[in-house]
Amino acid sequence: MRVLTTFVLVLGVWSSLRLGEELTKHYDALIIGAGMSGLAAGIRLAYYGKSVCIVERHYRVGGLNSFYTFRGHRLDVGLHAMTNYVPRDARSSPLPKLLRQLKLKAEDFALCPQRVSVIKFPGKTLQFDNDFALFAQEVADGFPRQADNFQKLLKAVLEYDELNLYAKPISARDVVSSIISDPLLSDMIFCPLMFYGNAQEHDMEFGQFVIMFKSIFCEGFARPQAGVRQILDVLVKKYRSCGGELRVRCAVRSLECANGRVVSILLANGETLTADRILSSAGYLETMRLLTDYDSSKLTCPAGQLSFLESILVLDKESAEMGYNTTITFYSNSDRFAYRRPVNMVDVSSGVICCPNNFQLDKPLPEGMIRITNLANFDHWNGLSEEEYKARKAAWLQTTLKEVVKFVPDFRDSVILADVFTPKTIHRFSGRINGAVYGTPSKIKTGKTHLDNLFICGTDQGFLGIVGAMLSGISMANLHVLQKT
Amino acid sequence: MTKEQIRDAILEIIAQIIPDEDLSNLKGDIPIREQVGLDSMDFLDIIMELRKRYGIEVPEDDYMQLATLDGCVAYLDPRMREL
Repeated sequence: MRVLTTFVLVLGVWSSLRLGEELTKHYDALIIGAGMSGLAAGIRLAYYGKSVCIVERHYRVGGLNSFYTFRGHRLDVGLHAMTNYVPRDARSSPLPKLLRQLKLKAEDFALCPQRVSVIKFPGKTLQFDNDFALFAQEVADGFPRQADNFQKLLKAVLEYDELNLYAKPISARDVVSSIISDPLLSDMIFCPLMFYGNAQEHDMEFGQFVIMFKSIFCEGFARPQAGVRQILDVLVKKYRSCGGELRVRCAVRSLECANGRVVSILLANGETLTADRILSSAGYLETMRLLTDYDSSKLTCPAGQLSFLESILVLDKESAEMGYNTTITFYSNSDRFAYRRPVNMVDVSSGVICCPNNFQLDKPLPEGMIRITNLANFDHWNGLSEEEYKARKAAWLQTTLKEVVKFVPDFRDSVILADVFTPKTIHRFSGRINGAVYGTPSKIKTGKTHLDNLFICGTDQGFLGIVGAMLSGISMANLHVLQKT
Repeated sequence: MTKEQIRDAILEIIAQIIPDEDLSNLKGDIPIREQVGLDSMDFLDIIMELRKRYGIEVPEDDYMQLATLDGCVAYLDPRMREL
């Protein structure tokens, strides 16, 4: 009897091992998250013959930049505009660089350049477009005593090597205030750069400042004709055509660690995968929380605090019919711009107003739209009951609109549909702690973690913005997978 | 492959990576990156294409040996001669 039991036991273990082998699929690389960085990394690896699987917990790709249909209207969330827009001959700048790396053509993104954007502070307005000369002229006209200083700042920006992964972080506020002596001009320069890609409250790392300065002021804005889905469609198609595997609605439950490595990946559906190398775009702390050897006391990275309220409005006419042709308006109703987690639920004293119709489009968009972004406080939104949450959304939308119509024509009577994304929504869809879209303020530039085969790409690696996110995926795939195997 | 064929193979790879550049005057003894607009990411793609097309593995420590066209040919000759 005892012999038989042992035999059955041995047989049982043996067959479950066999079963385990069959269920465990192995990849050269596994990528967590099908956002811009994960997809870009996936294309690089799949193109060069690696077996790659991207797992995405949401049913749709895009991560922090995505799209959805609401009551029959196709809406975008996240991306207002693609930064880094340059004419096709500017080969060494980031956008052409990433197109080359992804083996894509400039036409694939169908980019339509902006008309003109504006920074509006009390008593001062600075316009800029995709030709840096306009911005330089606006600064010289609006701040004649700062014209020389502004040229000095430009020189400092152009001389800095922002792509050096080993550079020591320095304060952009310190650098800028040592050159620009008028705090109003300084804040007006910081405002768009912070809203479009800064994870840190009050200050900004200078390398990140340089990336954003170049991508917004020296290069510029463009919109893919069909919005963010155009970029995502191109990336997914390219990834699949290279043989990459994409699994949506596929969350990672845990990363099993042993001997300083991730040895297997347990999915929420109970399946186990293995991979030689893992790139995670889920965020640094978010990824660490998946580890079976998770130890919060060892983590030095603080959680990001900056989240946003995004109001998406469909209008019964284009804003150009109201005499408004500006593409993006960055505003502040105070001459000191405060970029921080607000005390209240939302800070409407500053914000971004984007008009998707006001790009030089190939054909007009089907509807008039306005999108507004304001700083918001995650804890306040997260703590509400369902009923209260809805009521606050509606109330803050009205407060926001009341404020922004001081900076753009009053379009409130034209609104036919409104939807509001809160920090809670961002957290639910992206898994980001605190709904912090720009992640932790301490970036992991090298992408390395304490585990030999686990690397960070995307927001928390540190190249922000759409182009930055894709370049992050590309560089981490190059550095940690293609160059090593 | 002969040395000449190896050189042509390299040039074809570079031409695919940076199609807008004129490669006809590329000098063999000067680093390629000093002569045409080829950044470190593009350079990596030369290595990757060698693996993809010819199955040749170039370890990271050897990348520097491929800086010039002549260097490429010298390095690849023993590895591609039999192809």
